[in-house]
Amino acid sequence: MAGTYSPETLAELERVALEVRRNVLRMTHKAGSGHPGGSLSCTDLLTALYFHELRVDPKNPRWPGRDRFVLSKGHAAPALYSVMAEKGFLPKEELSTLRELGSRLQGHVDAGKLPGIEASTGCLGQGISMAVGMALDARLAKRDSRVYAVLGDGECQEGETWEAFMAGAHFKLDNLTAIIDRNGIETDGTTEEIMALEPLADKTRAFGWHTLVVDGHSFPALLDAFAEAKTVKGRPTMIIAKTVKGKSVSFMENKAAYHGKPPSSEELQKGLRELGVEN
Amino acid sequence: MAALVPPTPATTPPPAAAPARRTESLRDAYGKTLVELGKEDPTMAVLDADLSGSTRTALFGKQFPDRYFNVGVAEQNMMGIAAGLATGGRCVFASTFAVFAAGLAYNTVRQSLGYNRLNVKVVATHGGLTVGGDGGTHQMLEDVALMRSIPGMSVVVPADAPETAAATRTFHASYGPAYMRLSRESFPVVTDGKFQLGHFGVLRDGKDLTYAANGIMVGRALDAADEMAKSGVDVRVVNCSSMKPFDNHTILRAAQETGAILTMEEHTVLTGLGAAVATATSERYPVPVRRIGTPDLFGESGDPWKLMEKYGLSQERILAESFEMLKLRGTKGREGA
Repeated sequence: MAGTYSPETLAELERVALEVRRNVLRMTHKAGSGHPGGSLSCTDLLTALYFHELRVDPKNPRWPGRDRFVLSKGHAAPALYSVMAEKGFLPKEELSTLRELGSRLQGHVDAGKLPGIEASTGCLGQGISMAVGMALDARLAKRDSRVYAVLGDGECQEGETWEAFMAGAHFKLDNLTAIIDRNGIETDGTTEEIMALEPLADKTRAFGWHTLVVDGHSFPALLDAFAEAKTVKGRPTMIIAKTVKGKSVSFMENKAAYHGKPPSSEELQKGLRELGVEN
Repeated sequence: MAALVPPTPATTPPPAAAPARRTESLRDAYGKTLVELGKEDPTMAVLDADLSGSTRTALFGKQFPDRYFNVGVAEQNMMGIAAGLATGGRCVFASTFAVFAAGLAYNTVRQSLGYNRLNVKVVATHGGLTVGGDGGTHQMLEDVALMRSIPGMSVVVPADAPETAAATRTFHASYGPAYMRLSRESFPVVTDGKFQLGHFGVLRDGKDLTYAANGIMVGRALDAADEMAKSGVDVRVVNCSSMKPFDNHTILRAAQETGAILTMEEHTVLTGLGAAVATATSERYPVPVRRIGTPDLFGESGDPWKLMEKYGLSQERILAESFEMLKLRGTKGREGA
């Protein structure tokens, strides 16, 4: 059921994602802390969601009929803020305030500070439960909006995620799509070394989710998966997006060290050059 | 949805020394009030984690199955789902035992409800020693401290069934995350069924000494005050049900007018009502404060009322501490102060 997407559509997504990646490096460098690796791995997921999938209005972020998006891996905040800035939820100049005292851009996303953030997350495992609740809320309110959540793969070692997976299937939430950013790396090493998740797709299928495994850096693959999720009835959809931690910045790719370490001045220069700009 | 379990009968009645006050189940009052509120508010939702007969949320579930979610034995997930449901603007109640609600799910309550400032009311049953037979693992003695520590969280420990019903209504009528601690046992009816967040009821006026109590200890405080009256000591009894916001005004007035305060709670003495009263008075109007509560120990299996005696929540202890406090304050009565 592969869709055809115009070259303009795909080029626009590529353009946004490239700019978001540059900003992830700039923001975490300036803040002196943050999580570049997992922000770069989910940049394409967030770009595809905000620029092709989600029904949201940056000018009216609390519009009741909007789709809901929950970043369960709240530490990927730099990527989400940057995507939201491209979309018009906040001025791009504000991105440089990440993690500063008084900034709306908290180290982990904060719904109370920045309109457009649907759920404050950070402590892992909880966002997906909130997304299940939001999907139930939409059903009770007879609202046709959909709920999307992006989880980390390391996050799936939290027991609460599996409680939420059980509940999503039990309540037959076909208005819920979860995306696991399967970059394979957590703080201390690879997920398979630290606490193996595989066979992950078999597990989420066994938990009752319509499960798709896709290339998380291919926009056509992601858009196809989102489209397929909307056709599934009676159960939620799990998209396991195979991604690369630190994607597009050569020295960060597949390195656990950059899970929670910002680039130095030299690394920022080098990274930005790889992303096609000098600063 | 789990089947509705019939109400558990109270085990041994309180010791014969206590006057026979009518007892009522706090849990029944909660469950019935949920059903009333469900009729008034068609958007309200209720969740439980496989204890719906014990918590009485099954009553709501039977009436409003579409708005009732039993999530199974998964308390963290229950809190997260409750938070998600509340994002759409509805008032959500979530119930399980206190040890699971405040203990097991602490960080989900902290982040998903507290940090997100969502309109979820956590009503926990089976708090304290009076859980009885289930023993120390289930006798939650730290919940009030944990929940009070979360910024923006209201915390209520009602004294009886009428106050439970009123507080449930207050929760529904006010916005924000809140926690209420109920008990397995039925309690004597001691209040007029009025409740206001941030306000303590003075159930008995007095000028020689104040008892500041909450939960089951309010009835015991009134009984002890009756006993003290026989010795000519006039004791004020304050029902400290609104643990947050805390009614500093009524406590400070009691300090000024009676000169000494004895606190009593079915909770660890380290971090509960006694600590709150001691803090309020020492900062603003220092008077002798003594605290009755469970010592720094886990509980154990046993008859609820025998456990209360063993862990020092007894009338004997209240009376002994009262006479000690009268000695401490040096004089007797406002006129001698």
